[in-house]
Amino acid sequence: MADTALTSATALEDADRRKAWGFVAPALLWTVAFFVVPFAFMAAMSLWRREGRDIVHAWNFDNYIRFFSENALFRGLVNSLEITVIVTVISVLLAYPLAWIIAERVPKRLQRMALILAILPFWTSYVVRSYSWLLVLSKNGVINQMFMTIGLISEPLELASTRTATVIGFVHFFVMLLTLTIYSNLIQLSPNYRRAAADLGANAFQTFWHVVLPLTLPGIMTGAFLTFVLCIGDYVTPQILGGNNELVLPQIIMLQLGRRADFPMAAALSIVLMLAVTVAYLACARWLKIERA
Amino acid sequence: MKSVRDGARLRRFFSSTAAIAIAALSTVAAPAPVFAQEELNALVWCDHTDPALLEPFEKANDVKVNVKVYEGTGAGLSILDQSQPGDWDVLVIDGVDVHRAIDLDLLAEMPADALPTADIFPEVRMEANNMKDGKTYAVTEKFGYNTISYDKTKVDPKDMQDLSIIWSDKYKGRIALYDYYLPMIGLVGLGLGKKTADLSDADMPAIKEKLAAMRAVSKQVSDVVSSQTALATGEVDILVGGGEWITAVLSADKPSLDWTIPEQGAVRWAQSIGVMKDSTKQDLALKFVQYIVSPEGQARLATSSCYWAMPANAKAGEHLTDKQKAALRFDQQAEYLKKTQLYPIPSAELDQKFQDAWTEMLQQ
Repeated sequence: MADTALTSATALEDADRRKAWGFVAPALLWTVAFFVVPFAFMAAMSLWRREGRDIVHAWNFDNYIRFFSENALFRGLVNSLEITVIVTVISVLLAYPLAWIIAERVPKRLQRMALILAILPFWTSYVVRSYSWLLVLSKNGVINQMFMTIGLISEPLELASTRTATVIGFVHFFVMLLTLTIYSNLIQLSPNYRRAAADLGANAFQTFWHVVLPLTLPGIMTGAFLTFVLCIGDYVTPQILGGNNELVLPQIIMLQLGRRADFPMAAALSIVLMLAVTVAYLACARWLKIERA
Repeated sequence: MKSVRDGARLRRFFSSTAAIAIAALSTVAAPAPVFAQEELNALVWCDHTDPALLEPFEKANDVKVNVKVYEGTGAGLSILDQSQPGDWDVLVIDGVDVHRAIDLDLLAEMPADALPTADIFPEVRMEANNMKDGKTYAVTEKFGYNTISYDKTKVDPKDMQDLSIIWSDKYKGRIALYDYYLPMIGLVGLGLGKKTADLSDADMPAIKEKLAAMRAVSKQVSDVVSSQTALATGEVDILVGGGEWITAVLSADKPSLDWTIPEQGAVRWAQSIGVMKDSTKQDLALKFVQYIVSPEGQARLATSSCYWAMPANAKAGEHLTDKQKAALRFDQQAEYLKKTQLYPIPSAELDQKFQDAWTEMLQQ
């Protein structure tokens, strides 16, 4: 009897397992076909080399050695990380108060309109947006003309084709992304937390620092990680607004593909880029104490 | 309850937004209705995308010409690397790189008598480049100069007569460099007193030094569109590597923009057009080539919307207005041709060194 029960329980478990696999299989197949296989191919290709018009299956780390030993290439990673960190920090610092104002100070009936305004930049092509910024920041652009008209400056400022221009272009876009993620966190926060903190004698700053900020960290980190990933992988904004004055890693990848058709080197650089993103993810995950149950 | 309703409204709003976005995108991305019987695929430079150039041929032959733009031979060969044989029917390529395409078995032989060779300016026929073993694989269709473009109201035109101005401090921060290593290294070579054809490994230290000096005084290094924008908006006053192809198209709106060929000379570029060997529409592709090098096609190509430059066919002058000829300096070509040299044609190894030097300069 006990044996029969055990057998039927095992059969049920097997059926459940099969059912579970049935649910998971499509997503798993999708991931294998469109991520694992291409990634494996890219990793393999990064160990090959380009010789003339041929790709030689050399199976060595020459492309990686070249990347770390040639300053012009390695500098691309350094530039990418510097710009990405600056953009992420500035975007968070600007987005948090904006999200807080929308969530706490804007009347409920107007919040939707405020959110629409927040996502408006997503509705334009980022190429158009970058060129628009170029015209705004150029010597004869709106900013320089305005400052010169009011007598603030006598000579136009060098704003376009600089790292500053690249950062401005990125921040314009990512502030909105972060505002959305932080806002979605803030509106879920019960006012009771703040009331309890006030009852316990906390002032407004202490309430924010010890209660609100820790509870909204998931929203900040999600947005910050998205910003990091999108920013470090972007090629167009630095190309248009940076004036090619310092190359970021995606631009160097494009040089390998566009000018040399050096797919192995481009693959090696892409792996480096993915490793940078992976490290950023692990840093965020650890900091947020994401644990598997 | 209220919050549920709000949530539902919010979901509806986002759904509507998404629907509108998808609808808008599908409108943009929807393929144009196909009226033509046949299609011709051409891998080209941006001057071939002008409808004013393509439409007469399309109408006359009931064909749709699909064009894909690339910049720089490396980029073009990279696209061909990723294509299937037969994907492309026509190729526009840098005149000095035709042999690269021939050696890669990309171009088909064209009957020499089907082309108006006699009407092409002798200096740009470039038989050595467009032919191999007595067979014609390409024909020159347009040419111009990589030299110095400038705003004559902001710089002293006399200064522009000396190539050394491109690495002097006088106009520091007011110079843009055209982002194409071959003509730019050619210009550096000329500035060093070398012929572009003679540049070799031994010149690399001097070239690198001058590239670094150029970079130090420049404001930006940019592609065609960004270079034009920078010059037109006053972001820079000088474009090294520019020429009539940058300023002529802006001549009506920006008459202050000019270009010159310095005392040391400049680099001459020429673009050639040929039929792809694996094309399944070789006759139609040849017809397209014939149209492009015909006087009418040449006039349209010379003044196409992306950039203007000299037509290779001397008879194109009959189809150009006096204003257009003046902007192109049609009647001064004899003098310019004498003062200019073709792009350097480096070996694969030297080309790699050129590119590495250019990348180093960009990252300086």
